[in-house]
Amino acid sequence: MKNCEYQQIDPRALSVTPLSAQNLGEKKAQSPRRKWEVFPGKNRFFCDGRLILSRQSGVLPLTMGLIVVTCGLFFAFDCPFLVKHLTIFIPVIGGVLFVFVVISLLRTSFTDPGILPRATPDEAADIERQIDTSGSSTYRPPPRTKEILINQQVVKLKYCFTCKMFRPPRTSHCSLCDNCVERFDHHCPWVGNCVGKRNYRFFYSFIISLSFLTSFIFGCVITHITLRSQEGKSLVQAIEESPARYPLCLVICFFSIWSILGLSGFHTYLVASNLTTNEDIKGSWSSKRGAEESENPYTYNSIITNCCVTLCGPMPPSTKDVLERVVHSSDFPVLCSPGTPKTTPQVLNVSSRAAPTSEPSPSVGCTQQQARQPAATALDLKQMVRLVAQCHADGES
Amino acid sequence: KAEFHNLQELRHSPSLVTKVFIQRDYSEGTMCRFQAKFPSELDNRIERTLLEETVKTLNSYYAEAEKIGGQSYLEGCLACATAYIIFLCMETRYEKVLRKISGFIQEQNEKIYAPRGLLLTDPIERGMRVLEISVFEDRGSGGSSPSSTMSSGSSAR
Repeated sequence: MKNCEYQQIDPRALSVTPLSAQNLGEKKAQSPRRKWEVFPGKNRFFCDGRLILSRQSGVLPLTMGLIVVTCGLFFAFDCPFLVKHLTIFIPVIGGVLFVFVVISLLRTSFTDPGILPRATPDEAADIERQIDTSGSSTYRPPPRTKEILINQQVVKLKYCFTCKMFRPPRTSHCSLCDNCVERFDHHCPWVGNCVGKRNYRFFYSFIISLSFLTSFIFGCVITHITLRSQEGKSLVQAIEESPARYPLCLVICFFSIWSILGLSGFHTYLVASNLTTNEDIKGSWSSKRGAEESENPYTYNSIITNCCVTLCGPMPPSTKDVLERVVHSSDFPVLCSPGTPKTTPQVLNVSSRAAPTSEPSPSVGCTQQQARQPAATALDLKQMVRLVAQCHADGES
Repeated sequence: KAEFHNLQELRHSPSLVTKVFIQRDYSEGTMCRFQAKFPSELDNRIERTLLEETVKTLNSYYAEAEKIGGQSYLEGCLACATAYIIFLCMETRYEKVLRKISGFIQEQNEKIYAPRGLLLTDPIERGMRVLEISVFEDRGSGGSSPSSTMSSGSSAR
């Protein structure tokens, strides 16, 4: 598993010109790879990086299967009877709920939960330098916590050794996905992904709509059996007469209802108090713990505001930009995005190539620009900034 | 050993001396804000007020993106009602502001920072954790050797 997105350049190798020309020729065959292909976390990517899933996808197929099978049985066996005896709206409502549940589930599973990209080596070095102010030569691991004040409340920030940075508040490292996730709630095996800042609202709408769906199906099945038994037969006879299938429907619904309703209730409480599952379980803001009175510094002290902020607040974009290309070449350590409409173009951290060779590197717009620069002239900073602007223009066109 | 991650060390061209990081300011919660503290490494590179002005403007952009109010609620409710499919078609307000920010940073780089041998990196490329300022030294002109901050940075390993 690669930790760096690019290889370090050895300055000594650059002075040998014929050798570097040869290297360039070899490297020409290597095509630029996307960031998701070299992503260090334990995630799986689909549709060329547009969909992200945890490597441990858990029981997502089982979840989908249960929902589809239960609804299928419902539509096949209960709906015809109920449409005849009650109303046509029963399958319509069922259908709408089913679609909503499936879409929410897919959005929760395949959305980036708010993964924080790992610190670049320069950043990690800067953090270590700030901590190691004594200047001792012996290497000492950085202290694990840093205390800051949020809304007059002392909060401890922990240092993440995997991601090499101090975790922002409410961020936690998921060991299953091997990523730091912002506003980490929990890793849900049913959904096959972490639940964090970006997909919490999808998760919440999934469990709420699933509660409605299971309650609805449960109610319809009970109605069905009751109506059948009212047609002159006893209840037991009605169940026996029915195909063995809808008791299965009933049983699945009965057991899942209590767990799902319970989970919905729990998450409604969390949303109303602006807490995460992680914080609630650890008791981070419980005032009973210890001698100090600690309150949740993130709450707005109003249930409605907390709900609105958590569920209807602005949707932050993914900070990983996994659709971007990374050129894997020791001669051209370029981070340049060809630019999809939704990704922000990246600043070009590139050098000039003053060597006499001017072969175009693998087909990335910026490096081609670079190769076209006359080899002999020095590149000043203004020219570099112009290169950046040109790269943006190429990317956006 | 000295590390050159992004630039090749060549004569007569600007080379990367060091990178300065402006960290996040969490005193008001988890919303995106950068510290207004002026880093000491940039004392003789840029005027204090210019950098502070840039950081203040950036903070105001992020505050605008994350503002909770009528428009964001409307966006959220509409998205919920359409089962979040609308996010696939429409650009959210946050994304619009991020595009404005990247344009602003580019403009600031061209007008203010590049002439002083500095380069700002858009925070979104660092996961919104830091505002990275790359400090360059034009080795062809002047003849001033790279500052001692680089050597102390290397020795910290």
